[in-house]
Amino acid sequence: MRNREKISGNIDWVSVTIYISLIVIGWLSIFTASAGEDVTNLFDISTRYGKQLMWIGLATVLAIVIMIIDAKFFSTFSYVFYIGLMLILIGVLFFGSTVAGSKSWFKIGGFAIQPAEFAKFATALAMAKYLSTLNVDMRKLKTKVISIGILVAPALLILLQNDTGSALVYFSFILVLFREGFSGLILIAGIIMAILFIVTLLFSELYVIAALVLITFILIFIVKSLRRNWKPIFGILVLSSAFVFSVNYAFENVLEPHQKKRINVLLGIEQDLRGAGYNVNQSKIAIGSGGLTGKGFRKGVLTRYNFVPEQSTDFIFCTIGEEWGFIGVTVLIILYLILLIRLVILAERQRSKFSRIYGYGVASILFFHFTINIGMTIGLAPVVGIPLPFLSYGGSSLWAFTVLLFIFLKQDANRLNVL
Amino acid sequence: MYSKDYSSRKNIIIGVFILIALTFIIRLFYLQIIDSSYKLSADNIVLRKVREYPPRGLIYDRNGKLLVFNEAAYDLLVIPRQMKNIDTSLICELTGIDKPTFIKKIKKAKRYSYYKPSTFIKQISKKDIGSIQEKLYQIKGLYIQTRTLRQYPLPIAGHLLGSIGEVNNRDLEKDNFYKSGDYIGKSGIENYYEKYLRGKSGMSIVEVDVHNRVKGSYSNGSFDTIAIAGQDIYLGIDAQLQLYGEQLMQNKKGSIVAIDPQSGEILALVSSPGYNPNLLVGRERSPNYSKLLNDTLVPLMNRATMGTYPPGSTFKMVNALVGLQEKAIGKNSEFSCKGQLSKPIKCTHDHETPLALSGAIEQSCNPYFWNTFKNILENPKYDNSHTGYSNWYKNVVSFGFGKKFKTDIPFEVSGNIPNNDYFDKVYRGHWNALTVRSLSIGQGEILVTPIQLANLSVIIANKGYYYSPHLLVQMEGEKEDIMPEFKEKHITTIEPDNFDIVRDAMLDVFEADHGTARWFVLDSIKQCGKTGTVQNPHGEDHSIFIAFAPMDNPKIALSVIVENSGFGSTWAAPIASLMIEKYISGKSQRTALEKRIMEGDLIHNSKNE
Repeated sequence: MRNREKISGNIDWVSVTIYISLIVIGWLSIFTASAGEDVTNLFDISTRYGKQLMWIGLATVLAIVIMIIDAKFFSTFSYVFYIGLMLILIGVLFFGSTVAGSKSWFKIGGFAIQPAEFAKFATALAMAKYLSTLNVDMRKLKTKVISIGILVAPALLILLQNDTGSALVYFSFILVLFREGFSGLILIAGIIMAILFIVTLLFSELYVIAALVLITFILIFIVKSLRRNWKPIFGILVLSSAFVFSVNYAFENVLEPHQKKRINVLLGIEQDLRGAGYNVNQSKIAIGSGGLTGKGFRKGVLTRYNFVPEQSTDFIFCTIGEEWGFIGVTVLIILYLILLIRLVILAERQRSKFSRIYGYGVASILFFHFTINIGMTIGLAPVVGIPLPFLSYGGSSLWAFTVLLFIFLKQDANRLNVL
Repeated sequence: MYSKDYSSRKNIIIGVFILIALTFIIRLFYLQIIDSSYKLSADNIVLRKVREYPPRGLIYDRNGKLLVFNEAAYDLLVIPRQMKNIDTSLICELTGIDKPTFIKKIKKAKRYSYYKPSTFIKQISKKDIGSIQEKLYQIKGLYIQTRTLRQYPLPIAGHLLGSIGEVNNRDLEKDNFYKSGDYIGKSGIENYYEKYLRGKSGMSIVEVDVHNRVKGSYSNGSFDTIAIAGQDIYLGIDAQLQLYGEQLMQNKKGSIVAIDPQSGEILALVSSPGYNPNLLVGRERSPNYSKLLNDTLVPLMNRATMGTYPPGSTFKMVNALVGLQEKAIGKNSEFSCKGQLSKPIKCTHDHETPLALSGAIEQSCNPYFWNTFKNILENPKYDNSHTGYSNWYKNVVSFGFGKKFKTDIPFEVSGNIPNNDYFDKVYRGHWNALTVRSLSIGQGEILVTPIQLANLSVIIANKGYYYSPHLLVQMEGEKEDIMPEFKEKHITTIEPDNFDIVRDAMLDVFEADHGTARWFVLDSIKQCGKTGTVQNPHGEDHSIFIAFAPMDNPKIALSVIVENSGFGSTWAAPIASLMIEKYISGKSQRTALEKRIMEGDLIHNSKNE
């Protein structure tokens, strides 16, 4: 009894309040997108809003259970969770069911569970556990290889399930690694790679390489200090050129046709309002038509009449944009921003390295989902089907994000007990 | 410690968070507030304007019998922009058109507009629309619109009722009330009273879902306008009389115009050969219209208002009346007749001589009216015969001859009464009564329409006045007279007393021993009439008869013209008499006569054909 009081006293109410707010906003949006004209029973589990209500209830139970369990439980069993989930991910490849082209679901009775959602928190735990081990030195190559290996394993398994979006989430750990001392170049390299990727798709490789060479010589000519270190500069130039050459190859041979198309549409190479561009165009129209204040609750005709595909799952942001307008989406974005910043602040106040790294893991994963999901609905990111945390319809993602967040909130509530 | 403190890197990470959030907010500000095209696109996607067509006003006869009503039909509309991935063969199968036709129709629709609906297939029956409606959800871009077609319970009065048809470009330019595909009165009453009959179309805005299913009205219908039904119209036509007249005139060329003398309301307006108005409805309109248009008997022409004839002997009464009014003759003036030897105009009738006015009308003596005409022109009141003529002219046009009535019957022509200028031009100023003598017996340059002839009968019945012959009696929902000119009394130059002798003579046409229509006398009704036979250079003479009845309180006045039928008493007189009997007694007792007339075929057995 005493223990539980302490927990509720130490829990970070800012994060919990935002968590609850996001879940409420999410449910209202699912309700408006899935309810017909007459609603008799909010708990009707043949409807999406009814099911989501049930899943919110279960998520609450999960959150309370996590807050009751001893904080050490998670750090102790980090690898167990990780290995267990990797095995389940392998299992899905053999025994899973296919939904919307991705073989990433386990069907139990009438419900389907997506293990990839849960792999995120397990990976975050494993990463935190590994990097917080006493004799780990970030500067060693071994450390780098292992920590990247921890990320690549789930990403590859999920890629094999044909769920590119969920696999890409593991890129977000770059932020964690960066915070823990990986060279800042890793961020810069990531950004440069992204730019090169896009530029190569837009223009021919030879132009890009010619431009790279030109930029390199100009840099060396202008910045005197670089002249002495010309060897690494040329190394970067060679690597970049190799990357540029590989981009087209990878684009043509690794990506699925629909993914290529989505990227092409996003970059404006293809105009395809009936195919890949349809979702985004409809989504932009729905959001754009919301104006400053929106059309009002349950008045968003485009989302309600199914003009935007997937509007209760991946495109839930449209419903908010249409019904609550610019004011509504700004409030939502600020809520997310506060949550993300709050998580970083909480992470930094942890005494244990494990808790801090895990905290950054939580923030990074949420940030990635936030960026890609909203980005795709407003045409700034390619359409990769990943949910908006706490808002999108779906039990697996809601529970997985709840577990992800509350494990950290538990660590945070318990931080004073850590020596 | 070997590990460096990297905690300051949190600021970079928070910076990245804020950067992304700001990017999103700026992007959303642009999407939602600055760029208004998304709002427009949203309306285009969700809102569909549905035009609500008002039922067109109905048309009734003078007894409240329905002449024209509406029947539902369905149009299939297409919005080309929305036609994507459609099953062409399904559409062809449902609508019964072939693929080339389909492509042609789509091309035509695209030429009109990509975004606006245009008619794809017109006037599909209730039966056929059912199966289309079931499958329509599979075809994007096609919609059903309910329309109304005109239907006619009796196959009569096609000429005067007219027809409706789709608006053409000129209609669209002239009046922005209409949208492409709308119907408009093309002729007859439908055209003349279009503004009343058409009603006001409504517009409802509905919201549709991604499958184009209507989900409800937009904004609770606050922007919707209700369709207002067209006004019903009551005509002076007597449907039974009209039908009877058309039956009497079948297989004959000519016309009947019957007018209520007390109001000017047209009771029957028959032009033969006519056509069944039901032929010019819906999808059959075009093929049937061209068939009628190419018919050598010109059934589309309304002979009653567009046909012009020399009035022949019926015009003698006009000359008699002008003569009396101008005191050129008296009631008892007598002129001798030498029959075939008469100069300058011979007499075709065999009668005693000399005759007084009454006998001359009854016997239709040509020399008598030559003398009358000569006296009018050479009246000592005037300096010369030209002044006499212009005075004659003034009298004659007061009967409504030589001009249009400005009435609601479309395609009326004015006929011709030549004036002084005309003769001055033709004869270079050198002319006198002798030169223009044909006018004395209603021949020569005089041309009148059947409706003008019927009006002459009205004037004699009324002893000197008439109302413009017209169709409209009452427009539903209008308190004021919409056509006050129909109530305007037109008074001729002839004083009422002068009519008595002419009326008596017309009575004698039926009732005297030598009357030219004596075979058609009725015990119950005092009929007055006058035969006319118009010389026709192209073939057999036209038979003309004008009449009114009952004599003392005239209820009906009419003109009958039967082309190429010889003497007026053979066909025109009995038809007029049967019409009178039908109108006043409700039915005819003379079944044998009725049968002879109805079965008489002057078109297919004619020697002149």
